[in-house]
Amino acid sequence: MTALTGDDRLLCVRDLGLDYGNGRGVRDVNFDLWPGEVLGIVGESGSGKTTLLKLLGGQLAPQSGSIRYRMADGTMIDLNTMSEARRRHLGRTELAFVHQNPRDGLRLAVTAGGNVGERLMANGARHYGRIRAAALDWLERVEIETGRIDDRPTTFSGGMQQRLQIARNLVSGPRLVLMDEPTGGLDVSVQARLLDLLRGLVADLGLTVVIVTHDLGVARLLAHRLMVMQGGRVIESGLTDQVLDDPREPYTQLLVSSVLAA
Amino acid sequence: MSGVEGYNFAYLDEQTKRMIRRALLKAVAVPGYQVPFASREMPLPYGWGTGGIQVTAAVLGADDTLKVIDQGADDTTNAVSIRRFFAKTAGVATTTRTAEATVIQTRHRIPEQPLTEGQILVYQVPTPEPLRWLEPREAETRVLHALGDYGVMQVELYEDIAIHGKIKRAYDYPVEVAQRYMTSPSPIPKFDNPKLSNSPALQLFGAGREKRIYAIPPHTPVRSLDFEDYPFDVDHPGQPCALCGDRASYLDEIVTDDKGSRMFVCSDTDHCAERRGEIPQ
Repeated sequence: MTALTGDDRLLCVRDLGLDYGNGRGVRDVNFDLWPGEVLGIVGESGSGKTTLLKLLGGQLAPQSGSIRYRMADGTMIDLNTMSEARRRHLGRTELAFVHQNPRDGLRLAVTAGGNVGERLMANGARHYGRIRAAALDWLERVEIETGRIDDRPTTFSGGMQQRLQIARNLVSGPRLVLMDEPTGGLDVSVQARLLDLLRGLVADLGLTVVIVTHDLGVARLLAHRLMVMQGGRVIESGLTDQVLDDPREPYTQLLVSSVLAA
Repeated sequence: MSGVEGYNFAYLDEQTKRMIRRALLKAVAVPGYQVPFASREMPLPYGWGTGGIQVTAAVLGADDTLKVIDQGADDTTNAVSIRRFFAKTAGVATTTRTAEATVIQTRHRIPEQPLTEGQILVYQVPTPEPLRWLEPREAETRVLHALGDYGVMQVELYEDIAIHGKIKRAYDYPVEVAQRYMTSPSPIPKFDNPKLSNSPALQLFGAGREKRIYAIPPHTPVRSLDFEDYPFDVDHPGQPCALCGDRASYLDEIVTDDKGSRMFVCSDTDHCAERRGEIPQ
């Protein structure tokens, strides 16, 4: 295996900043992300985790700094200066965004099959049989009974909705997946099953993932590297076990020690 | 020139007509694109053809011959009143014959008789935005049009096939005009969709309440959306017109008593009458 160098970076974030106008937001965020890596972002509520993820996903525009992304053809582009048309195209091909609440990421009035097929159709697929076959395949991969393909997501349980949202995002073969608390609001056993599924998919597809969570257990299971945020800044970053087992910053020590042992 | 004292020719004042004509020129220049215009209040309620009547007023000249149809018929209330309105305010000749008309205002149908060069077909449009029921934000629908981002309509058609086994939309079937803009053909039956494409006549669409004008210029390709394995198809009851025996025209189903008897007759009254020889050639 050849060593990865700075030229292989998938994502390169420099001096990223956004102030909501009340002193909150994110400031001076710098990090690099290499292909196949899972980066966890942890921190308390209001620390800027979700804001950072929305900046990466293009839902918010930064006030300072740059986010550069390596396209499949190897060229580096700045996500914030590209045209709306290209950004939207990227958003439904190479990027994926998994929302905390599946209701934000799904079309609730559209069947499960239509939800999974939407990205394909937006990218120009016009063969019903093939779209349906892809939808069936993906439902199976996220462990939803294929017989439910023509049911609306409103009839699904919370865990199923979340898995459907993941299928809907991964169907276009994205290279970078952004996840905002994908296990939030699910009970423990459903969470475990979803984590297991996510781990399998990330490994099988070689996905690059940025996952925001306040659950350190999720971070330990999924993430290779961690960034700890507080008050809109990244205060500590490093390998997951290093950060969790040997935290340097007082805040990280507090965060790690406040996890309840089951 | 005007038939009624105190009114300008064809009811609207000249400045308004100029404004509408400018919108029409833009619409013709960008086929299928919805051009905003300052729609006026007209002496008839919204939903009765306020958009169509303004477009007709703007294109009508003193030597034009006007035909107005409503659901294919020349003798329904709406058609009769609009025809009389222009006979009074513009003093133009009116007709029920498709071939003789130079301007045809229509609601819900395209005449059976093929249109010719030099004719103008004016459609009354209730909802000009084909994405209206899929994307509630007007600003967002404009972005989707600008970017040609029409996947959401395809999802809608996918849903029809998944649930009903075929594309269920029978009217207002979305089309793509000149390989660019997705456009609502107004609530014409999808039976008429093939006639939109490469028509030698100029097709103008006016939506009064929504304040939009759009156009399909002559000889413009128009494609009805579909899937490769579920191609666009038209419906037909499979029997001839009970009056004239035509097998190729669009038929209305008419219930004739309270015991379930029914008959299918041509929706285009002029076409049917001509075939039965009621109109001398």
